[in-house]
Amino acid sequence: MLHIKCPHCGMRSQNEFSYGGDATVKRPELNKEVIDQEWDNFVYNRVSPRGKHLELWQHLSGCRQWIKVERDTATHEIFNTYKANEEIA
Amino acid sequence: MTQSYRIETGGLINRNKKISFKFNGTSYFGYEGDTLASALLANGVHLVGRSFKYHRPRGFFGAGVDEPYAVVQLYRNGETEPNIKATEQELFEGLEASSVNCWPSVNFDIGAINNFLKIFLPAGFYYKTFMWPKSFWYKIYEPFIRKAAGLGVASTKHDKERYEHKYEYCDLLIAGSGPSGLASAYSAAKNGAKVILAEDKPRYGGSLLTSDVNIGNQSGKDWADGIISELKEMPNVTVKNRSQVFGYYDHNMLVMSEKVSDHLPKTKKYHPNKRLWYIRAKEVLISSGSIERPIVFGNNDTPGVMLSSAAKEYLKVYGVLVGKKPLVFTNNDSGYESAIEFKKHGVEPIVLDSRSNPQSEIIDEAKNLGINIKNSYVVVAAQGYKKVKSADVATISEDKKTLGKIENINCDCICVSGFWTPTIHLASQSGNKTKFNEKIDAFVPGVSKQNETTLGAANGVFTLEETLKTSFEKGKELSKKITDKDNEISIPNVVEKKYSKHDKFWCVPLPKGKTYKRFLDFQNDVAVSDVEIALREGYRSIEHVKRYTTLGMATDQGKTSNLNGLQLVSEIENKVVPSVGHTTFRPPYTPISIGAIVGREVGKHSKPTRKSPIHNWHEEHNAVFVDAGVWLRPRYYKRGNETLFEASKREAKNVRTNVGVCDVTTLGKIDIKGPDAAEFLNRVYTNAWLKLPVGKARYGVMLREDGIVMDDGTTTRISENHYHMTTTTAQAANVLSHLEYYLQLVWPELNVNVVSTTEQWAGAAIAGPKSRDLLQKLFPKTDVSKEGLPFMGYVEGELFGVKARIFRISFSGELAYEVNVESDNGRFMWEKIIELGEEFQIQPYGTEALSTLRIEMGHVAGSELDGRTIPYDNALEGLLSKKKDFIGKRSLQREAFVAEDRQRIVGVIPLDKKTSIPEGSHLVKDASAPLPNKKLGHISASCWSVEHDNPFSLAILKDGKNMIGEKLFVMSPLKNKVIPVEIVSSHYVDPKGERVRS
Repeated sequence: MLHIKCPHCGMRSQNEFSYGGDATVKRPELNKEVIDQEWDNFVYNRVSPRGKHLELWQHLSGCRQWIKVERDTATHEIFNTYKANEEIA
Repeated sequence: MTQSYRIETGGLINRNKKISFKFNGTSYFGYEGDTLASALLANGVHLVGRSFKYHRPRGFFGAGVDEPYAVVQLYRNGETEPNIKATEQELFEGLEASSVNCWPSVNFDIGAINNFLKIFLPAGFYYKTFMWPKSFWYKIYEPFIRKAAGLGVASTKHDKERYEHKYEYCDLLIAGSGPSGLASAYSAAKNGAKVILAEDKPRYGGSLLTSDVNIGNQSGKDWADGIISELKEMPNVTVKNRSQVFGYYDHNMLVMSEKVSDHLPKTKKYHPNKRLWYIRAKEVLISSGSIERPIVFGNNDTPGVMLSSAAKEYLKVYGVLVGKKPLVFTNNDSGYESAIEFKKHGVEPIVLDSRSNPQSEIIDEAKNLGINIKNSYVVVAAQGYKKVKSADVATISEDKKTLGKIENINCDCICVSGFWTPTIHLASQSGNKTKFNEKIDAFVPGVSKQNETTLGAANGVFTLEETLKTSFEKGKELSKKITDKDNEISIPNVVEKKYSKHDKFWCVPLPKGKTYKRFLDFQNDVAVSDVEIALREGYRSIEHVKRYTTLGMATDQGKTSNLNGLQLVSEIENKVVPSVGHTTFRPPYTPISIGAIVGREVGKHSKPTRKSPIHNWHEEHNAVFVDAGVWLRPRYYKRGNETLFEASKREAKNVRTNVGVCDVTTLGKIDIKGPDAAEFLNRVYTNAWLKLPVGKARYGVMLREDGIVMDDGTTTRISENHYHMTTTTAQAANVLSHLEYYLQLVWPELNVNVVSTTEQWAGAAIAGPKSRDLLQKLFPKTDVSKEGLPFMGYVEGELFGVKARIFRISFSGELAYEVNVESDNGRFMWEKIIELGEEFQIQPYGTEALSTLRIEMGHVAGSELDGRTIPYDNALEGLLSKKKDFIGKRSLQREAFVAEDRQRIVGVIPLDKKTSIPEGSHLVKDASAPLPNKKLGHISASCWSVEHDNPFSLAILKDGKNMIGEKLFVMSPLKNKVIPVEIVSSHYVDPKGERVRS
């Protein structure tokens, strides 16, 4: 079970969180003309990297904030966690 | 029976307390502190089972967790449990156990014929033989294999025992209470660290219980006892016996199974049977010791052949002789320890040492005691069938390839020692890449992956002095990092015997012309010849060899066999062991009860049960409940002998003719506030929300980004910047997360807050032509007339002093209202509705009637919004705004979603107007077409229409728009039904929606 540092609450067990997928995906802006390929990439197409991955988690049974977690998909090492609106260098 | 193999005095058992038990129906007795194994051995019972494949007789091989043979079926307090190691099961009064894997009895086992057919049962036999003909598999092969295989029978009864889970955090978790565990725990505890010390056995001390050493002028055991009692007194230390740390998971999470009650005849009141500890540790010290490994020789599975360390443990801990004419076969000094113990108790052992001229303190001691020692000697084969009767022995050449003349020595047990294998499982599970240590011919942990440190024998260190020194220091160093304290600990003086080098020898060659089975894996009957076959057939990877031969599989996971298997593979392949590598160690280290893993999450405890504040009223009025997500909802209110069908029809009919009331507390409710709330709703829902006036509700549909309908419900504008959203019962939690996702991540610029208020409000739906008359009585001060509260209107009112929200919304298609009051007033509201509704013939209705009403109206619900349908499929395309963007809108342009013959909701009526249509059935054009018959759609919901008094269903049907009036067939292979049907509009009642607006 992972130990995730919620940037709002501190270290918590994985069972308080739910996984939310790739955090680097950006939703196309509303009312913008979007070609099929761009929309498909947003809705369906994901890379599945081995190694570092920036992903979304929601602290569901805690503060209910969506957070970003930089995690190694192979070793489960967590390098850093960020608030939803935090700039990532 | 007398305990003829129990010595007069000695051991750590309590001889003042006799315990009677039964094995295979025969009564025996042992003492408090015995294991089932030690008590049986004390009674001279060596035959305890039959082997897995050849059904050869099986005895005891070890004295603990490594035991491959003595797996029994246990009976305790009216329950039975398979897969119990007799070497681990503590004796309790009235214990009953029986052998597994034998039929009709352990003494006469029909399956033993496999032993004589063994030429036909080599590695891969099952893979090769039972492949064809295919039709034989289910009828013949599988039942045969199932009957013949298995290590016991799982109970089919509900388990009455309780299992608990516990979460714990600590600075240091120490797995194993041997010398390294005790020393590191002690110095860490002295530094004030929060320490958990776990021991899988009932007794603390590990090897100190059986070794002849002296620590600080005390015996090893006395020193261990002293440390343990001191640790137990310290508030920062938790000391647990009967507790196996069996898994090392991510981020230093370890799981430990504590046997709370297995050693008792019956679990104490309020106690669990087992407790599973989830421990998050800052540092983990692995002091799991080592396991002796056997030397491979002919018929080395005969009962009476066992590990030399086990023989010593039975003698020193339990006061039990495993034999009276022991033969000790060793390649190192450990075998001498057992021989000396035998000798001290008046038994004459013979030692066969594969080494030509070993010299050490302990060998000198054995010589001085007059023990018969034969150097350069090996056991070629054990003789005897159900018990060792003698041993064929021979001298062996220096290169270990040539045997001398075979002699026969009388003996009743063969104690074998092939040196020690560190128990590296936990370190390996943590991700540590283990390395091969040539000095000890075994793998030891390499560089730590997580915060784990392996100490003592588990790390390949076999001298006590070094073990204690490094462990004291490590405990001190790691705790200092955490607590910043640095207590001086004086390391005690150690007296131990120096050992000489072991012999790199693990397998006795076959003498010419002999075909003895030489077993590597005792639990799975894997012999040297099986591994040879696997390699001949091209299996190279050790993982493949393992799976093909089953070497190292099953409940002991090869604790005594893995290394010898690797030695064999590397020898045949002409590789060194490290390049062959070992198979992956995965948790659990030893079998863990499913009950312990499940914990309390069984039956009704598997998820929370949510009840509405009106629940007790429902119960008092004969409600029959149904699980709706995590909620319990009344399905119907039973009157007399009514069936579900009759009751729901009555309740639904009463709604259509008079008035009914339904508890809708379970609907998800989300409070939405903020200046941008309208804009937010406008993006979330498919229809327009910017112009909804205060005091009005609107029905909305929300999509996922892929265009699939996520949920529907009504949202009401309570005040300028305050909305009340309702969701379906099932999707309430998901919708809240969905909204939070968009507010926090996608559109953080929107000033909106959302919070779940599902449990803050109790809701009652009042539906039927007389509902307005009733509402007027409930709210005499409020104008609820057609004009005062029109369809989709909202007002606040006062229900006999209680603040209420009144929504004019309808799920049943009738004139209907929903009244919400704060939860605490829920029952008050409900009783007032029932009381005042009496004159209008009010009846409460449950979910079954609710479904009937919505189905015949053609209102979609969860069975249509099933995660596979878009708005068009549910005839909701009218709610798709063309003027604005919303979540999922772009996806609706997908080719499949705009196809001419897109699936769409329709109504279905059986032509005979009698036959009920099973939900989930398929719709087909031609019932007699050959299979696979093309499916045109499926039945999503079925009811008995109370309006038309015949069955009616909803279906999602391909090209549904153009299918109205078509005759099709409903097929349900599950119910074996074929029903001719007609496709009609999904709006079977009041298609123009006049009633809701009346």
